[in-house]
Parts: sequence; structure tokens; C-alpha cells
Amino acid sequence: MIDVAVTVNGTRHERRVEPRLLLSDFLRHELSLYGTHVGCEHGVCGACTVLLDGRPARSCLTLAAQADGRAIHTVESLADGGRLHPLQQAFHEHFGLQCGFCTPGILITAAFFLEQHPDPTEAEVRAELAGHLCRCTGYAPIVDSILAAAAALRR
Amino acid sequence: MTWVGQPLPRREDLPLLTGRGQFVDDVQVANPLHVAFARSPWAHAEIRSVDLAGALASPGVAAGIAGTELPGLTEPFAAGITHRLAYYALAVDRARYAGEPVAAIAAESRYLAEDAVELVLADYEPLEAVVTVEDALDPAKPLLHEQVGSNVVVDRTLRYGDPDAAFARADLVVEETLRWERYSSTPIETYGIVADYEPASGLLTMWANFMGPMTLLPVLARSLRMPEEKLRVIVPKDIGGSFGIKSSLFPYMTVVALLAMRAGRPVKWIEDRAEHLIGSSHQPDRVGTRELALTRDGEIIGLRAHVVDNLGAYVRAPEPATTYRPLGNYVGPYRVRDVELHLVDVVSNKVPTGPNRGYGCQQVYLETERTLDEAAVELGFDPAEIRRRNLIQADAFPYETPTGGVYDSGDYPRVLELALETAGYGELRALQAQARAEGCLVGIGIGLAVDPSISNMGYITVALPPEVRQAPGYNPKSGAADWAQVRVNASGKVVVTMGTAPQGQGHETAVAQVIADELGLSPDDVATVDAFDSHTSVWSVSSGSYSSRFSGIAAGAARKAAGVVRRQILEIGSTLLEAAVDDLELVDGEVRVKGSPDRSVSLRRVAGVAHWDPHGLPEGTSAGIQASEVLHVPTSAPPTHDDRVNSSHAYGFVAEVVAVEVDPLTWGVTILSYASANDAGTIINPKLVEGQTYGSALHGLGGALLEEFRWDEDGQFLTGTFADYRCLTAAEAPRIATAHVETPSPFTPVGAKGCGESSSETAPAAVANAVADALRPLGLKPTHLPLTPARLWELARA
Repeated sequence: MIDVAVTVNGTRHERRVEPRLLLSDFLRHELSLYGTHVGCEHGVCGACTVLLDGRPARSCLTLAAQADGRAIHTVESLADGGRLHPLQQAFHEHFGLQCGFCTPGILITAAFFLEQHPDPTEAEVRAELAGHLCRCTGYAPIVDSILAAAAALRR
Repeated sequence: MTWVGQPLPRREDLPLLTGRGQFVDDVQVANPLHVAFARSPWAHAEIRSVDLAGALASPGVAAGIAGTELPGLTEPFAAGITHRLAYYALAVDRARYAGEPVAAIAAESRYLAEDAVELVLADYEPLEAVVTVEDALDPAKPLLHEQVGSNVVVDRTLRYGDPDAAFARADLVVEETLRWERYSSTPIETYGIVADYEPASGLLTMWANFMGPMTLLPVLARSLRMPEEKLRVIVPKDIGGSFGIKSSLFPYMTVVALLAMRAGRPVKWIEDRAEHLIGSSHQPDRVGTRELALTRDGEIIGLRAHVVDNLGAYVRAPEPATTYRPLGNYVGPYRVRDVELHLVDVVSNKVPTGPNRGYGCQQVYLETERTLDEAAVELGFDPAEIRRRNLIQADAFPYETPTGGVYDSGDYPRVLELALETAGYGELRALQAQARAEGCLVGIGIGLAVDPSISNMGYITVALPPEVRQAPGYNPKSGAADWAQVRVNASGKVVVTMGTAPQGQGHETAVAQVIADELGLSPDDVATVDAFDSHTSVWSVSSGSYSSRFSGIAAGAARKAAGVVRRQILEIGSTLLEAAVDDLELVDGEVRVKGSPDRSVSLRRVAGVAHWDPHGLPEGTSAGIQASEVLHVPTSAPPTHDDRVNSSHAYGFVAEVVAVEVDPLTWGVTILSYASANDAGTIINPKLVEGQTYGSALHGLGGALLEEFRWDEDGQFLTGTFADYRCLTAAEAPRIATAHVETPSPFTPVGAKGCGESSSETAPAAVANAVADALRPLGLKPTHLPLTPARLWELARA
């Protein structure tokens, strides 16, 4: 067993866990943060993406132990109480989700991407999104949502 | 204001966007065990023994079960064919596909369960594997189910009209054989099941992301030898996509239930992706031959199909429905009346198949539309023109097809012209000519589909010979019923309750629009609940979210219930206002006397009387305001003795035009443009419909161009990760130019037809026609899908 101390969405958590415990399982089953979803457990679908020290990481390919001493942000951190993040608002307005299972990971990646690229082209958004699988929307509404959120964030 | 037709944002979104969805892995039960499966490493092998001793002694293990125990504990799953295949939830004495579960272990964590699975000792005697359609048809190959005596499990020839005469008098007969490998819509949320057994009462409660059809709940109860009322199935509020795939999870429910009973504790299984790819459900691989008989004017006068669907190791209900679901719409949008269908289903050493978005239709339309394009080339017609010459005309509805379908409404010529216009077909052809002159491989393809929705359960019984269906004691099957309840609570708030087990389609948003119109309210005044619970929902065996049935049946039942509630409201209003019911209207949350808007009473007041002062209600009126309605479909009848069946209840129409470029170096296919014109009847919410068009198109394109489950010749599975089974991403997915025609269905209360599968049925035909068109100058004809770069390269090399 190994001691892990992480700060998740601003709150510090300490747990003693198996060294092999995945960060995705740690977030969901140790910390009861069910917003992070697991879609493939091999790093392709992107549903489990979280910010690890501010950068997107596949929590299914990260051990909880590797997160020791680091800061994590999950989808639960995006909204400010009842106020949606501009990305969440844009996804709502542009029908950027259907079943919503892949959405948390996409929101996290998009939040980071828009910090780095505040005024992206559609092709840039599509290239970034190619690291995520969505089986409901055909992607176009997600692309539109991210472009709309970029515009909102620039204002 | 009419709310039906408005692009209202989805009320489902906010919890999902903020990480507060309620998916099956979010279901909390006290102190659960976690399941892992031991799976066969062999595609085909006798199982000599399964020894769980080591696994059961492994740390944290609470219970285990081996397939060898299942005949003593369970019944095999029923399916609608004449042969009994002895399909149990775990392999009993023979493993029939690589990845078939042979044992299951429940432990304190999934990690410990997987550790224990490593210690399951199964002794196998490998057998030769039966992998492809050709293998399954080869009498020299081993039998999967010896008691059947063949790997062909269903073989029916259906004749309508006089196909022989039609082919004899044809000016031209065109024949194409197409092979299509397996794919699946692979929802991002995998299967998930939680089971809790209460021994004193014998009640088994299961949470599962099961989408229906609820016909499978009696199948499940029978497998568990359990009275149906002792089995409670709750579908969590959110399902992370399904597209048909999650109707096939019920065999796993049997295993998880047995472990919960054995362990005396709640048991949870969340399938992982590797399990999902190898062991959930696929669309069958298929070899299909289409023959079209034509006149020199391009009129199709005869259609023959010979298809073989490879159903995998067992026939899992509702299979062999892939082969039969398109029966009523086999002729698509064309007037041809003389038809012969030779429909064959085989078993092999692959995972069993099941419903997948489009369910059997994309194959039929791929075969017909590809063949029709080749006929157009031979006769010298543009592909659009040969289609125009054969379309059922707008004045022909309701149109009875030769195979028994009753097309409810439509204007196919108008939708085709709209698709061509939206695509800029003339300009596309000009661009193509220019591109060809420059040596570029550009092609344009058209795909048409009559899109069936709201399936009639009876169609599957056509897989049984008529003599079986006519035998004494045989119980015919038909129907497509579902249910909804509308009530007005004491504060005047309207609540609509359904149990559709949705997977992200926006049913609550849409039904609120329908009910707002019916009751003169704003959708904000209509609360919605969409939750399936077999013990609290009113349901029928045909309930569920399969076969694009929501907008026709569930929303229709809700509208019917709202009509009853409306009458109840007006009757109470009539007493309060001392006016005749016929003189009243329900507008903006008030009951008003028509023409005297000052004489009104609020819905809140009406509801207040119904709940707080029933004594003040008109004589004969019951307290409260509510109605629960089941909507059945009168045109949904069992098949006739001559194999005609109206296999669905509403039939939309989709016409699509796709332009592609094939790169002669990489043989990759790039989609240059995609236009889709769709008639799904009355549109409740255009943004929800557009979402279905985009999603279904992506599945069709993926299955036609890229996505493929592969096995080697020994039946070893080669596509066990999302890095091997490659889905289309945002980088490849097209923009779609959409257009709509609305011819309301006369057979559904809202006039809506399903649209959930729509473009999944046309996209493969359209894109395959486009690729064939692109390659025609090279003298190449692609016949093997998906049209991956490797496959096109092999075609070019040969």
C-alpha cells in the first residue's frame, strides 16, 4: 500500500491505496467524484481526461500514486456553483452532447485547449478533438460548441 | 405558439455537463462485490473441466461460478428459431468464440477479481474454428451445435409476385455480390450491471443500462427460473449511448444475478472496453447478392436477394432479426412488385450478433443501391435519373409493398430532388469532370432509404416457416405498444412519466414540447420523468428505446394521455365556471370560456380542487387528475401465411448525396461533401433530429469506410482495443448539409416517425457508390466493406 495526497478541485485528500490503483478509479471510487467517466481504460477514447497540474491527462493511464503531491481538476470544477462555465453553456446551446458520457473528458480537454488557443480555427478544434471519441453527435455540434465558447471567452 | 417544431435546448443537459449524470457505474449499493470473467482463449474448444479452487482461495474472493454449473441452475436463452442451440450465459462444455465467458468471480474489488480470474484453471481441447460465412456454409467444417446438424440455422426463401416471370422478360439483369465485415456502434459507456438479491422474499433487483426491448425481461426471468414478478430491473437515468448494442447485455445479467444469490451480497460488473469489443455484440458479417431485373427504360421489374448473415456462436434474441427486420421495406422506395428473398443465417466461432443502429437496413440498401448504380452505368442513365424513374409517387400513400409493408406517408421524388439541390448535384458533377480531367479520383454517390421505425414484434416470426406459425398451439406475435402517464399535481404542475430507457436522444425535452401544445402550456410548465423500472413503470414487452420508436409511440402515448387529462381539466373547469365543456378552452395555464377571456380559472385552481377538495368535483369525477395510456398500433399484425408483414409502423425517407476523393497513393477516402434530405414526418425538435442525422451518418460512414472487427483464420480476435478497432474522429467526420420535408404520419398521434437510425441506413450505400464512382475510370469495382485504405490498395494491386 502507498500513501497518496492529492488536491482535487481545490480540496486536499489523503488515502492509502494499492500502488496499482488507477487515478480514474481513485477519483471515482475513493473520492466519489463520479463525473470522470471511464470509456476504454487504454487511453484512446478520452472520456476520463482530467487536468493534472493544469495539463490534460488520461486518468485511466495514470496511477493514483503518480498523482501524489499534485493538483487535479475534474469536470466537477468547471461550473461555479450554479453558474456554468462558458464551455458548458456553449455545449448546452449548441447541442454539443447527447448521452453525455464522453462529455466530461471533452470539456476538460477543451478548457485547456482554449487557454492555449483562444482563437482557434475549426481545423484546429477538430485536430484537438481527434483525441476523443464521441459516438452520438457526429462531432460537428461539439466543434460548434467549442468555437462558440472560444468566442464567449474572448469577450 | 406551437412548441412542436421549436429547436428548444435540452433539459437533459445540465447534470451531464456538470458531472452529475446517473450512469450505471454511479449506482450506489451497500458493500458490493465486483465481477471479473474468465474467458476462453480459443475460438472453438471442448471444455474438459473448469477448476475454480485456486480462484476461490484468492484474496478477497467471495464467490465464483463456472459455466459447467449453469445447466443445473438456469435455462438456456430462448430465441425465435426452430432449432434449440442451448445458449447459456457461460460456456458449458464447449467454448464457441474467443472471449466467450467460461467462469465468473466476485471479489471485494475488480482488481482482486481480475487477480483471481488468472487462477481459474480451464482445460480445453481445441477444435477447428468456423470463422467466415464461407466456413459456415462448408459442410466439411465442424458443427458448432451438433444437435442442429448444420451451421445453417435458418434458411428461408420468400416469394412475392412472380419474380421468375419478371426476370424472364427483363431487358437487363444486373447482379452484384457485396461482402461487409462486422462493426458495431460501440457506445462509450460499456455494459454495466448491479444485482442485489433479497433471499427472504426472493426478490432480485438489478440495475442495468439495458435499453429494451423488454421482451428480453421474460427471457431473462426464464433463464433464471424465476417468476417475472420476482425480477425487478431498473434502468439508471442515464445510459451512455447504446445504438442497439445494449439490448444484448441480458446474458451477462444472468451471471451477475447468480453471483449475487450465491454471495448473499450486492454484486456489480462494469464491462471494460476489451470485454466489450470481444464479447458484447456486433452487427453480423454478411455476404449479400442482389439481382435487379430492368427494362431498357430503367424500370426495375424484379428484385432477387440472396443473403447470408453470420450470427456468431449462438442465436441471441432478437436475432435472427437482422435478416428479417427490413422485410416490409425490402423494396425501399421503388415500385418493383416481383421479389424473391433467399435469407440464410449461419452460426460460427464469433461473438453473437444483435441489434446495431439501422438493424439490417443498411445492408439491404447497400446491396440494392450499389446494384442500381451498376445498372445505371449499363443503361446509360445518371444515377439520379434511374432512381427518379422508379420511385413510389407521392399520391400512392399509404402504399402497400409486395412484402407486406404499409408505407404511411411520404413524397420521395420531392425529397430526392431536395437532396440533389442541397448537394448542388449539377455543380458536383461538373467539378467531378474537371477533377477527372486532372487525374483526380473523385466520385459522387446517392443513397436512398425508406427508414422503418417502431418495429412490429411479429416480423421476427417470419424466420419460422409458415407451417410452424400455423400449427395448433402456436401463439402469434405482433405489436409495438408503449405507455406514458400524464398527471397534474396539487400545485397545478403537469408531470409526464415514461419508461423509454433513453440513451441521450432528448426524449424528455421532446415530450415536454408535445404536451405543452396539447395542454396549452409552456414546456417549462411540464415536468418530465423518463425512468424504466419494471416494478413501477407501466410497460409492455415492446417497451424500450429500440427501433426509433419514441416519437411515434411513447410521445404518442403521452399525447393520448394528455388528451384525457385535458378533458378532466375542462370538466372540472366546467363546474367552476358554470359553463359547458364545449365552450371552454385551455390556454396559457388557464381554463377559459371561449370568447370571454375574463371568465377563467387557473389550472392551479382546477388542480387544487381535484386534490384538496374532491368533494367539490363534478359527480362521477375521480379525485386527482391523471391518465395513463398505452398506445398500440393497429397496422402491426402478425405475418400472413404467405410471409407478408408490416414489419414497422412508420416509414421515413432519407436521400443522401456524398462526394468523395480517393487518394491513389494512400487509398484513403476523404469526404468532400455530404448532403442529407430527410422526411421523418412531423418534427418535434429540429435540433434533436439533426443530432440523430449526424450521429447515424457517422455510424454508417464508420462501418462503410473504417470500422471493422477482425479475426484470424483460427478465430483469434485481432481488434481488441480502440487502437485496433478504429472509430471515426472529429478529424474525419464531415459537415452535413441537412434539409427536411415533413409529411406527417397518419398512423402516429404526433405525426412523427422515428429518425434515430435514418442516415446509418443511407450513408454506407451513398459512400460506397461514391467510392465506386471514383474508381470507375480505373476499371476498379469495390465490393468488400469497409472500404479501408488497405482494402482499396489490394483491389488496385489485383
